[in-house]
Amino acid sequence: MADSTRRRAAIVGGNRIPFARSNSAYAQASNQDMLTATLDGLVARFGLQGESVGEVVAGAVLKHARDFNLTREAVLGSRLAPTTPAYDVQQACGTGLEAAVLVANKIALGQIESGIAGGVDTTSDAPLAVGDDLRRTLISLNNARTVGDRLKALARIRPGQLVPEIPRNAEPRTGLAMGDHAAITAAEWEIGREEQDELAARSHQRMAAAYDRGFFDDLVTPFLGLARDNNLRPDSSVEKLAKLKPVFGTGEGATMTAGNSTPLTDGASAVLLASDEWARAKGLPVLAHLVDAQTAAVDYVHGGEGLLMAPVYAVPVMLARNGLTLQDFDFYEIHEAFASTVLATMKAWEDEAFCKEKLGLDAPLGAIDRAKLNVNGSSLAAGHPFAATGGRIVASLAKMLHEAGPGKRGLISVCAAGGQGVVAILES
Amino acid sequence: MADWYTTFANSGFGTTITKQLGLPRPVELRRYEPGEPLLPGAVVVGSAGAGRLRDTVTAVLRDAGVMVQSPVTADGATDGGKLGAVVLDATGLTSPADLTGAHDFLAPAIKRLRASGRVLVLADPPVEAATPAQAAARQAVDGLVRSIGKELLNGSTANALFVPEGAEASLTAPLHFFLSGRSAYVDGQLLTVSAADVPANADDVTPLAGKVAVVTGAARGIGAAIARVLARDGAHVVAVDVPAAGDALAEVANGIGGTALQLDITAADAPQRLVEHLRERHGGVDVVVHNAGITRDKLLVNMDATRWNTVMAVNLQAQLDITQALLDADGLLRDGARVVCVSSQSGIAGNRGQTNYAASKAGVIGMVRAWAPEFASRGATINAVAPGFIVTEMTAKMPFGTREIGSRINSLQQGGLPVDVAETIAWLAQPASAGVNGQTVRVCGQSMLGA
Repeated sequence: MADSTRRRAAIVGGNRIPFARSNSAYAQASNQDMLTATLDGLVARFGLQGESVGEVVAGAVLKHARDFNLTREAVLGSRLAPTTPAYDVQQACGTGLEAAVLVANKIALGQIESGIAGGVDTTSDAPLAVGDDLRRTLISLNNARTVGDRLKALARIRPGQLVPEIPRNAEPRTGLAMGDHAAITAAEWEIGREEQDELAARSHQRMAAAYDRGFFDDLVTPFLGLARDNNLRPDSSVEKLAKLKPVFGTGEGATMTAGNSTPLTDGASAVLLASDEWARAKGLPVLAHLVDAQTAAVDYVHGGEGLLMAPVYAVPVMLARNGLTLQDFDFYEIHEAFASTVLATMKAWEDEAFCKEKLGLDAPLGAIDRAKLNVNGSSLAAGHPFAATGGRIVASLAKMLHEAGPGKRGLISVCAAGGQGVVAILES
Repeated sequence: MADWYTTFANSGFGTTITKQLGLPRPVELRRYEPGEPLLPGAVVVGSAGAGRLRDTVTAVLRDAGVMVQSPVTADGATDGGKLGAVVLDATGLTSPADLTGAHDFLAPAIKRLRASGRVLVLADPPVEAATPAQAAARQAVDGLVRSIGKELLNGSTANALFVPEGAEASLTAPLHFFLSGRSAYVDGQLLTVSAADVPANADDVTPLAGKVAVVTGAARGIGAAIARVLARDGAHVVAVDVPAAGDALAEVANGIGGTALQLDITAADAPQRLVEHLRERHGGVDVVVHNAGITRDKLLVNMDATRWNTVMAVNLQAQLDITQALLDADGLLRDGARVVCVSSQSGIAGNRGQTNYAASKAGVIGMVRAWAPEFASRGATINAVAPGFIVTEMTAKMPFGTREIGSRINSLQQGGLPVDVAETIAWLAQPASAGVNGQTVRVCGQSMLGA
């Protein structure tokens, strides 16, 4: 059981820039630009100008070599005090949530009183690399002391080496795209096309409605002319989505389309966490507390488990520690990497054999009330700039819980590349 | 920050040209800088009629460190030197004959006025006169002051304060304002002060220290200037604008150590959300500036309902709804609160193609007048400010001719700056401005429109 006497970190609020589809509104923006703007929006929202917060923790999945100290550089470019320490983390799509957990843990331990967790990613300003052959040649060229050595090194360059390596959204150990992995899982769990399209359409409709009623007014700050996520299609419908051709999976069983999968996206998010005392002293709200978190990993290479199924394993561990059942939540935020991932996750929790054999449980975790799932839309609508998704979800869920009143509980589940998953519980 | 024409007109060659051709000769106006003396020169205080305010005025000015000289006599003897301001106490006029004193005092004194000088006339309110002759004499001040405003050169201004019996204590803040650089672009205005319990400002340099101020439409233009000036004067500013302007808003808030609140003030739940935000984050509010405004110009006969309704919703209804919600929120609007509503010259003069805008801005004037007694009962005030031609991003987009004419047809022969509107609002927001309530102050350089 989790220690209920320890201090819990409060979620004060958040900020993100609207998410933009790859090579659109933010094509010319770097990770540092986006993270800095996001921090500045957070600073403006909470009056943190010149403030030295305990720590800023953020990261990016796709990162240039020059961005080795990305978060600290963003802090230095922001309105936060230059005396604010910062460090980078990276846990694929789990980066943003993991960053929040790290900040929350230090607050819980009393090591810091406040902190900002964030994440940023761009697939437009992606880091291109040179191939290993060319890289080694260039290094020896750099090390060469004589003209002769330099010429010798240069002579080793071949035209074929000049083609850059473009980062791919693929698993290094399987060579499969994440979507191909998800398609395998979808087929295994017999996730139908129509239910995926329904989930996707609902995500768009709910997020558009949330924007319309001003839900994101204190969660999003415009950037480079964009005021809303440009992937968002308020008029999305099952009928429209049904017309799209599958892009992942093969043959008759292929169900995953560009409509029920998240596109490559640029964006950044940040969450302000603090001790209750710090928030009170500053006159800032406490929207919710981060109660507990859990990570898990699955053997998707040899173990036969789906690449994105790790959260399925993480959740029961966390529930048991907190004496909760899967049904003890008012909101569920399951990251929509693919509609099929969300559906497979829920199906696994409902499956008696799976819960017994794989999760080691006596009984299935059971079904969750779909009306409580991703109620203001999720990644299918907003898009998914890898490291920024966790911050988007934490801030949005904290606000939902706050609006719903005290004592409400929310579950976050984020799947990540490398067969990993990060899950967390928030409570108002 | 003079415009191109002002710079040209003040250059050597430009001076020759503009003088010979009789072109407008605008000067760069004296504007307020914190810590600077109230006036760059001495003040001469004279009277016409009984003059019950002379001692009060003299004391206020001496307290502010201004040198006060005795009046110039009719034979032209002077105390020497150029004057920063000329103040005429015209209270106690009984008939038009008493006005001779005004002429005798003002004519030689104004000759000694330096650039960006001030002429200020204090008089009894015409509406309270005992006899028609007295009313005539008091009303005459109106025409006198407006005409002086039009005659003055070199960025000097003329304004009048109507001061009823018993309102003497309310005089300090208006006197400071009208003599200082804060009123740079306020010209030809007649303001009535009222009796009130007048609290002191926090201090001279930061009169709004410790106050929480809300400014709507704060992302750019005049609203951003208001936010900056209120913050400079010591207030914590909650900068409000529509979510779509949030990036510019954040920049304004970050530049002044304030906070940004993205809110569409026309949303049904906007007043409630603002109330909750202020209660949660600040526990209350001291200053509210209703600045947000939009234009949707079209001749009335061609105007669709959407243009009419959106302008009304933003410019007038939102001000009404938010103010009412703040009044209704128990204890939120702190004692001594100051509400300042941005109206417009169009609301006074009307403007072709702006029936919706002008109607909404005229409505604001009626609103503050009607609300003034209720605010006074709380030790609070509500006033309007009506900007004239103010140089902003919006006016920069106007056609050259329209812009140049628009900016010259006023006594100061130039457009005002957003900071001029902001300074007037910041003055009305001061605790010491308790005696100014229900008024509409034009910031228009004595525009010919609607005067």
